[in-house]
Amino acid sequence: MKTLAELKAIREKMQNQVGLRAEDHNHTRVVVGMATCGIAAGARPVLTKLSQEIQERGLTDKVAVTQTGCIGLCQYEPIVEVMVPGEAKVTYIRMNEEKAVEVVNRHLVGGHVVDEYTLGATDMK
Amino acid sequence: MMPEISLNVLDVTENSTRAGAKLVSILIQADHQADTLTIRIEDDGCGMTPEQVEQVVDPFFTTRTTRKVGLGIPFYKYAAESTGGSFSIRSQVGKGTVVTAAFGLSHIDRMPLGDITSTIHTLIVYHPETDFVYTYQIDERSFVLDTREFKEILGDVPFSEPEVSRYIFEYLTENKNEVDQGAVL
Repeated sequence: MKTLAELKAIREKMQNQVGLRAEDHNHTRVVVGMATCGIAAGARPVLTKLSQEIQERGLTDKVAVTQTGCIGLCQYEPIVEVMVPGEAKVTYIRMNEEKAVEVVNRHLVGGHVVDEYTLGATDMK
Repeated sequence: MMPEISLNVLDVTENSTRAGAKLVSILIQADHQADTLTIRIEDDGCGMTPEQVEQVVDPFFTTRTTRKVGLGIPFYKYAAESTGGSFSIRSQVGKGTVVTAAFGLSHIDRMPLGDITSTIHTLIVYHPETDFVYTYQIDERSFVLDTREFKEILGDVPFSEPEVSRYIFEYLTENKNEVDQGAVL
């Protein structure tokens, strides 16, 4: 059984480190659509996976994962938008956990957009 | 239709946060004697007028002016009622909203509860500005997570901090196991 004492220990350890990492405008933002359409299409595991991978690759200082509502492209959910400062926004569509790992590795770490998963790669209807 | 009840919990609670709720209470309660699984989500958000409440349960109401109203609630209501259960929304403008769904626990058509731990974890970590009181109860056993207690200890250390996020997930997982002994709802 987890106790609150463990949380206190984490707090004490973190205390000195926080603040060094104040939000700045150089953060890359990864945004997951979490409205009814996104959730029904499987956005929750995608969000969890992205967050895990970003932690495991030690990117939490540079990348912030957040969520948003419906962006009006329900048929393409789960949708993940990647916003790198100074670059055009990239919209990944029909995401799943495997694609999420690939986006972290190739785009966030490698710096190359995974073209085949983007909205631009599909025939818009 | 959502494949699991916990995704409906996520969906409804996302609405609570969009309604500006400061505190959301989520209750998951299984009662084997009464054969019910009750899910209650209560928020102190902006609330709805009686007309708006009527609209959110009607999937074919199309003269809406915003996109807030959709299929989420109608499917949730149907999922509960099709198991011999019930569904209700009580809301007051300026006060908040209570969405209660009761499912027939042993009914063949009841969706599984699903990964409620991931759902609650996602809500807590990605809505740091909202407080949550989560109660998971099976018959006489239960546990409660109150994010206000966590915040009091953490001070300015955010929930998104990897170690804290992991702690919250483990807290949810271990306490849930303690309550349901690994039984799947």
